[in-house]
This record gives sequence, structure tokens and C-alpha cells, in this order.
Amino acid sequence: MTSSEGSRALRDPPRAKGSGVAAADSLSGRRRGRLSADATFRLILGLAGASVLLILATMLISTTIQAWPVFRHEGWSFITSSVWDPGTSRTEVTGQYGALAFIVGTLVTSLIALVIAVPLAVAVALYITQAAPRKVAGPLTYTIEMLAAVPSVVFGLWGLLFFVPKVLRPIMNLVESTLGSFIPFLSGPIVTYNYFAAGVVLAFMVLPIIMAVTREVMANTPETEIAAAYGLGATRWEMMRHVVLPRARPGIIGATMLGLGRALGETIAVAMLIGGSQQIPSSLFRGGQSMAGIIAVTFQEAAPENVKALVGVGVLLFVITVIVNMAARLIVWMTGGYLAKEQNL
Amino acid sequence: MKPSRLIPLMIALALVATACGGSGTTTTAGSTGTTGSMQADLLGAGASFPAPIYQEWIGAYQSVEPGVSINYQSIGSGGGVEQFIGQQTDFGASDAFLKDDEIAAAQAARGCDPIHIPTVFGAVSIAYNVEGLDSLTLSGPVLADIFVGTITNWNDPAIAALNSGVTMPDEDIVVAHRSDGSGTTSIFTTYLSSVSDAWKNGPGVGKEVEWPAPNSVGGEKNDGVTAQIQQNPGAVGYIELSYAMENNVPVAKMINDDGNAIEPTLESTAAAADGITIPDDLRFNILNVGGEGYPIAGATWLLAWSCGYDQAKADALKAWITWDLQNGDDLARELLYSPLPDSLQEKALAKVDLINSEG
Repeated sequence: MTSSEGSRALRDPPRAKGSGVAAADSLSGRRRGRLSADATFRLILGLAGASVLLILATMLISTTIQAWPVFRHEGWSFITSSVWDPGTSRTEVTGQYGALAFIVGTLVTSLIALVIAVPLAVAVALYITQAAPRKVAGPLTYTIEMLAAVPSVVFGLWGLLFFVPKVLRPIMNLVESTLGSFIPFLSGPIVTYNYFAAGVVLAFMVLPIIMAVTREVMANTPETEIAAAYGLGATRWEMMRHVVLPRARPGIIGATMLGLGRALGETIAVAMLIGGSQQIPSSLFRGGQSMAGIIAVTFQEAAPENVKALVGVGVLLFVITVIVNMAARLIVWMTGGYLAKEQNL
Repeated sequence: MKPSRLIPLMIALALVATACGGSGTTTTAGSTGTTGSMQADLLGAGASFPAPIYQEWIGAYQSVEPGVSINYQSIGSGGGVEQFIGQQTDFGASDAFLKDDEIAAAQAARGCDPIHIPTVFGAVSIAYNVEGLDSLTLSGPVLADIFVGTITNWNDPAIAALNSGVTMPDEDIVVAHRSDGSGTTSIFTTYLSSVSDAWKNGPGVGKEVEWPAPNSVGGEKNDGVTAQIQQNPGAVGYIELSYAMENNVPVAKMINDDGNAIEPTLESTAAAADGITIPDDLRFNILNVGGEGYPIAGATWLLAWSCGYDQAKADALKAWITWDLQNGDDLARELLYSPLPDSLQEKALAKVDLINSEG
């Protein structure tokens, strides 16, 4: 209850209220006359909604059935072992399939991407909505959102041939030589394509989506509250800190989770940059593999039993994505409630 | 407006019709001879390694038999074998010969034997990135120790012993391998298993294996591995010879069974294929290479059936493969594949005759 109030207050600026009421009135007037059309329309929408659930359920069930022999053969070691040694049988499961290294690869690179992208996206969104002159804000928004249209294979190629060896490698060398001796996960020896390289390029890829949502939320800060903050003598920074940021927090968290969803599922760019090793590295500067990556690169030459295992990795990725999404809803709901409570005080 | 726009279209249609009629008459005229008489659509799918030469052969064969249309899809050996056994294609292609359980599945599916026809050879070269090192010689056991992870530095005495007169640097070895499943990996691991017990009892043979070396990195396809080698100082990895030649990557000489250090070239690959004993079903690995042969090489195969084709398809398939084997050598060399030596070509042609022989 409280959370929905909070988010409604966020979405509806006060001045829009009058027109909204008028629109609702005219709609309900129409509805009285054409009940059957309305019912049909509702049915069609309901079917559309159900079809999504049906597709999702079909996918999950059919992939799980397909991967079942591997799940049964491996048991828990499918997610606790990192020995991935595919067999070549057509009918039975003869290899060893432990996907832990790929789970770690997916989670760690996604985390690196968020650690870099979220602060950057929030800063850029603050700048665009609160600080930038109008002439700059428009083109800047447009440019960043254009990043979202770049195909991921282009990001991968750019990272593979230019960005990682020419720009990132010197930075990694510097970090390793200064911090590597006492922070174990930044220690050498460095290989050029690694967790860190994949994570940084992934950050560029999730930046536009996080930035776009955050900017939208920040732009909806009620101007009355901004004016009130200034009226109380707040500086621009204090206004952002006490009005814009708290208001935008649920939106930022939601945007982060959207970005995380994209990062978890990103395939080709990560596969090209993560280093392609099946080990769990002890340092961010060593290679590994992600869940989507192992499916993409080994599927083509995989024997039937290996394909089952790869489908199993797909199921696992699906489950992890669902868990992440549920966690996201929970966090948004909790912080939203917190915000509403704060307002009541 | 409309009629005037239609006129050129009608003329074009008329021209096409005449052209079709023309080719129709030549076809009938040609049917008395040996060429230009066949009509068939063939669909094949499989290995990506020989795909460029197959496409080239298909294109060249168009001028020999315009009525035969061949569609080859490079979907990978794994998928090629699956679709072949599943009867979804007329012929398959694979970098690895069918294993016994695959043959059993194939026989059960079609009721007759699948036929292996080797087409070209490829060599796997050992590329490296060590600053100031212009030439490098390695032996099978030393290479295996590097990939197992027991040799981890370029100044290891075992490497120095093979490269007298060259100062090896004190540098960590980074092992680069394919991260995707690959026939190249299969050839490479087959070789390592034949020269090293540690490799045979450890990672073993496969298109995709565990890489035990502590400092190992993976790349997708030949270009991914090459990028890994070029971007990591101290790296060593395996890539297709044709890829190394096209990109001028420095490659190591390998010591073969006769103790000769051999540089990988088309000639030394052909020499490797010439000296080996080949079983009747033409399912073979190239191992224990001596003489002037380069020791890490493998064949790629076309797969066909001994029964179940309609006559037109069988004739076209036999004619096309025969043409490839007899007339395709120059095209193969141009694309940096090593053609079959004469002795093996004879055996391969004998296999072509078996296509559809059981009706």
C-alpha cells in the first residue's frame, strides 16, 4: 500500500492531475455504452498476457526435460564442481559437467560491470537532469542512448582488437604493480583477456539502459520540492542529495536490476573478452568463461550429451535470472516502502 | 505511366524466357555426352574447417554440371554428423571420422553403411609470441609438458636443449587454446596423446578438453586464439596452418619420429599424409610421422551413404566428389589445404563408387 502511494506520487506531477481526471471521466462515459466490446478487448489482452506465461513455462519445462539426464547424472555437482569435461556419447552421459566456473564467471563479470556502470550512470543522469545546459543535455542523452544500439559483437570486436590490449592492459599492469601485492584478487600474472576486461566492456553495454531509466526517474522530481529545497537555502548539491537522489532511489535500484539482467545474459562480447578458460581464476586478471559464453562457443561442435549439458547451463542461467529479478522486486518494494514512510514523517 | 513501366519488364521476362529455353536446348544436346546432363539438388552440412574449399569446388563444378545445384552449410562437424545420421542432408562433412557408436546409430537409421571419403589435409601449427625469438624448435613430449603445465618458463632446460645457440628468455609461458569445440583441437590432442602419457591419462583426446596448465587462456576460433597469442607476451598456442600462413604468425618447427625438425608447410603436410598406413574404411589419424613429414596433421571427410539415394542424386553426388578429388587439387593448394597424395586418392575414389551401391 505505502509503496504504491510512493511510486504514484513519483509518477504523477501535481499539474497533470486535472487532465488525468478528465480523461478518466470521458473513458468511463464511453464504457457504459459498449460493454461487450470492452469485454472482448479485455479477453484479448488477457490472452496476450497468458501467452507470455505459456511461452515462459514451455521454455522452462522443455529445456529442463532435455537437460534432465545430465542433472540426474551430476546431481548437485552440476553447480558445485568446476570440472567440465564433455563426453561424446549419443545416448548416455559419459562426461563430467560441473558448471561452477561459468556461474562464477557470469556473476563476477556482471558485478564488475555494475560497480563501474551504476555510479557513472547516476552521475551522468544527475548532470543531464540537474546541472547540464539544455544544449548539452539533449545531445548527451541521445549519444549515450545510441550506445544501446551498438550490437554486442561490435563491442566484443572493439574490445578484442583495440580497447583491451591498447587501453585496458596498461591500466591493468599499473593496478597489478601497485595493488596486486596486497589485494589477492588483483594479483598477477596478467593475461590480456580476463574477468576484468569483460566486466569493463560489459559496463559500457549496460550503461545506457541504467542511465536512461535513472534519468527518467530524476526528471520526474516534483519541481515544487526542488523549489522548496532552494527556498530553505539549500545549495544545488544539497538539493540533489536531499531531494533528487532519495526520490530516485527505487528507480536507480530498478534500473540497476535491469542492467544486471542484461549483463547476466550478455553472450558474445563476454565470450570474446573473458579469456575462454574453464578454470576459476584466483585473480580478476586471469581468464574464465561465462554461462552464456560456454553455450555460444561450444554448442556448434557439441556431441548430443554435451548439448544436454549446455541446455542445462541455460536452465541454470534462467533460474539465476529469475532469482535476480525477484530480488530486484523485493529491494524496490522495500526501499519504496521506506521512502513512503520517510515522507509521512 | 503504368504501361510504359511494364514494357521493360516484359522485355526482360521475354529475354529470361529465351535464355531458359536456350539452356534447355543445350542440356538436351549435352545429354548425349558425359557432361552437362545431370539434374539434381544436393544438400550437405558439416565441418567449418573445409567449408571454404567445398564452396570453391561447388562453385567450380557449376560450370561442369550447371544442372547440379549443391548447397553446403558450414554448421560444424558435430551438427554435420547429427544431420547426416538424422537423414536431414544428402551428405555430411566432419573433421573427425565417425566413432563406432555413431556408425551403429547411422546403420540403424538408414539400414546401410555410411561411407568415409577423405578430401583434404590440414596441419596444426604451433604459434608463439616471445620477443626476440625468431625461430623455435619443439618436440612432441616438450610440447605436451608445456600444455600439461609441467614446463612453465621459456628458459626451461628441456626447451633450451632443443634450441642450442638460442638464448631463451626468463618468461612465463601462457598456454593459448581453443575455447570452442573444434576439429583442430581434436587433431592437436590426438597428437599430444600419442607422444605423452601424462596428456593421454590426463586431458586426453577430444574436440573440447580440460586445459590443466595454470597459465592458460582460451580464444574462440582461429582468430580468437591468434589474438590471445599476439596480445599475451610469452604465449604459445595451436592454430590451423592456413590461418598462420595468411596472418604471418611465427610458428615452431616440430621434431618428428625420425628426429627431423620440420617446418609446417603444405609440402610437409602432404609428406606426413603419404607415409602412414591407412585402414580399409579410411578412418585414420595421422600419427608417428617420419621423414620430411610435419607431425601434427589430420584429414577431413565427406560422409555419404551406400544406399537410399534416388538415381539422379547418387549420380550427381558421385560425379561431384570424383571431380573434386581429380580436379580440385590446385584450388585446394590455393586456399592452403593439402590435397590427398595419389595413393590415398585412389582409395578415396574407390569409396566414391560405393555410394548407393546397395541401392
